[in-house]
Amino acid sequence: MMTELELQSYLEQEEAVKKRFDKLKQRDVILQVNNLSKKFKTPQGEVTALNNVNFQTHRREFVCIIGASGCGKSTLIRILAGLESPSDGEVLLDGKPVIGPGPDRGMVFQGYTLFPWLTVKKNVMFGLQMQKHSPAVSESEAMQWIDLVGLEKFADAYPHQLSGGMKQRVAIARALANRPRILLMDEPFGALDAQTRAKVQAYLLEIWRNIDITIVFITHDLDEAIYLADRILVLKPHPGEVLEMIEVPVRRPRSPEQFISTEFLATKKRLEELIHPVQEEEENIEDKLNMFRLTKVGDDVEGDIEDIEA
Amino acid sequence: MSQTEPWFAVRTALSARRTRLLTLASFLLPLLVWCAVSYLPFVWHPKVSITDPGDVGYFSVGMLADKELFAEEAANMREQGKAEPQGFRANPVYLPAPHEVAIAFYTAFTTEPKRRSEKWLHESLWHSITIIFWGFFLSSIIGVPLGILCGTYMAISRLHEPFVEFFRYLPAPAFGALAVAILGIHDGPKIAIIFIGTFFQQVLVVANTTRKLDIALVEAALTLGANRIQLLFRVVIPGIITDLYRDLRILLGWAWTYLIVAELIGTSSGITWFITQQARYKNFDNVYAAIIMIGIIGLASDLLLAWLGKRMFRWEKAAAKA
Repeated sequence: MMTELELQSYLEQEEAVKKRFDKLKQRDVILQVNNLSKKFKTPQGEVTALNNVNFQTHRREFVCIIGASGCGKSTLIRILAGLESPSDGEVLLDGKPVIGPGPDRGMVFQGYTLFPWLTVKKNVMFGLQMQKHSPAVSESEAMQWIDLVGLEKFADAYPHQLSGGMKQRVAIARALANRPRILLMDEPFGALDAQTRAKVQAYLLEIWRNIDITIVFITHDLDEAIYLADRILVLKPHPGEVLEMIEVPVRRPRSPEQFISTEFLATKKRLEELIHPVQEEEENIEDKLNMFRLTKVGDDVEGDIEDIEA
Repeated sequence: MSQTEPWFAVRTALSARRTRLLTLASFLLPLLVWCAVSYLPFVWHPKVSITDPGDVGYFSVGMLADKELFAEEAANMREQGKAEPQGFRANPVYLPAPHEVAIAFYTAFTTEPKRRSEKWLHESLWHSITIIFWGFFLSSIIGVPLGILCGTYMAISRLHEPFVEFFRYLPAPAFGALAVAILGIHDGPKIAIIFIGTFFQQVLVVANTTRKLDIALVEAALTLGANRIQLLFRVVIPGIITDLYRDLRILLGWAWTYLIVAELIGTSSGITWFITQQARYKNFDNVYAAIIMIGIIGLASDLLLAWLGKRMFRWEKAAAKA
C-alpha cells in the first residue's frame, strides 16, 4: 500500500546546486584513476576484482564509492592507498603516479586500527613522528587535531577506554594530522550503531567543510552516501566496473531533515535501481522462505482487527 | 536474585572469594593426601619399624621390615615360646612425613657441608639460578630477535624455520657429551643444554606470536608514512610486546625443566648435586625439600614477572577483556 511518490529525476539540479558543481569542477584534479584493473590469482583461477575503472576527483570534493558486496570497492580504495598494486592502469595523485603507501594519502579503516599501546595523543602524533617532526611540534600539532574532533579530554586515555565512535574520530584525527592531500575512508562507520553513526557523519562533514581535504569514502549504505557526497561512484560486482558517477542534487549544507527531500529520494531511487536491479522471477524463488504455520489459527500477530472481522 | 552462582558454569568467571578459596585448595589437597598417607597408620604404611627385635636374630632396632615378614616372624616366635618382636607401622624411607620435610627444609640450609670443597645449600641453589639465567638469557638475546624477524618477513621465516622445526625435536640432553667435549666439564655445557632446550622452541613461539599481530595495524602505520625500520620498532615490537612477555614467562618455565639434566652433565653441580648427594645418604626428607625449593623458586619468579608485567603494560587490562 506504499504510495509511489512522483519523483523528479535525480539528474535535475537546482540553480544553486548546479553552480556549486560548476565551481567544484573548476578546481584542480587531485586524484586521477586511469584504466585501473585488478586481477587476483586464486586456486579456482583468476578473478577480476576491478575492470577498467576510470574517474577523477577535484580538490575538496567529497566522493562516495558505493556498490553491492563483491564489487571491489575495498580493493579499489586499497589500491588508492598503495596497500595493493593494480594489475593494469594507474593512479595519479596531483599528476604523480602512486607507488606504495605514503603520508600524502591518509586512511581510516573499517576496523579499529588505533595502536592499543599508545594514548590518544600518541596515536595522533604517530604519523608526525614518522615524518621526523620534533616531539614538541608533533605534540602541539596533535593536540590541535584532537581538539578538532572534540576529544581533548581524552588525550591521555588509551584506545580501549573509548567508544567506537570516539575511536573513529581519533582515527580521523590521526590520518589528518599528516596533512594528507586526500583522505581515504573504507566503511569507517560500518560498525557503529545508528545514532553514533549519524553523529560521526555530522562531525565528518563539519571537518571536511573547514579544512582543505579531499575525501574518498566507501560505504554500502545508500543514505550515508547521499548525505555525505558531492558525487557518488556506483560500482557493479563481478567484475567491479563503474556503472555511473552520480552528482548528488541535494543542497549543501546537509542536514538529516533532507533525508525526505525529493532530491534525496530521487537519488536514492536511482541508486537502488543500479545496485539492486529488478531480478528475474526464477532467481527470486531461491530467496523465498519455505514457511509453514506452527501457530494456532486466529493467534495472529500481524492481522489488523478489521481484517480479521471481515 | 540472591540465588548463588553455580560452581560449574562453562567458561564463566568465578568470584574473587571462590578463586582464592580454590587456589588455596589446590595446594592444600595434595598436602592433605600426603598427610593422610603419612599420619594415618591404617593408610598404606607397608613397613614395620622395629622397636624391640625380641628373639628374631636378624631384626634390629630402627630396622624397617615388610609388615608380612614381621607378622610371620612374630607368629614364629609365639609358636616357639620366644620373645616376640615389637614395632609400629611405618612408611618406606623414600616417603618422609610432611613435618620431617618441613624440618629438613630448615636444617638443609643450616647444616654445614661435610667437606670443605662442598657448598652450602644456598650456594648450590644460587649456582642453579645462574645456570638458568645464562642459558635463558643467551637463548633470548638471539632467539627473540630472530623469532620477531621470522614472524615479520616471510623470507627470513622460510630460511630459518624449517631447520629450527627439525632441530627442536632433537632432545637437548643428547648433546650433553658433545657439549662437555667442546665446553669442558664446568658450567659451559650446562648452560649449553639449557640454551639448546630453550632456543629452538623460542624462535618458533616468538615467530608465531609475531604473526598474530593484526595486519591492519601494520597497514595503518604504512598509510601514516612509517618506513620499514619504523614499522618494526614502532609497530611490530610494541604490538606484540605483551604476548612476547607472556611467551618468555612460559619458556622460562621450560628452561627450569632442563635444569636437572643440565646439571648432571660434566661435574654434577647446583641443586642437582645436593639432591643426588642426599639421595645417596638416603636423606629423602632433604631430597623432597630440595625439589619443593625448585618449585617455590619457579612459581615465585613467575608471579614476580606477572606482577611486573601488569605494571609495565598498562594498556593491556581491557585488551585482555575484549
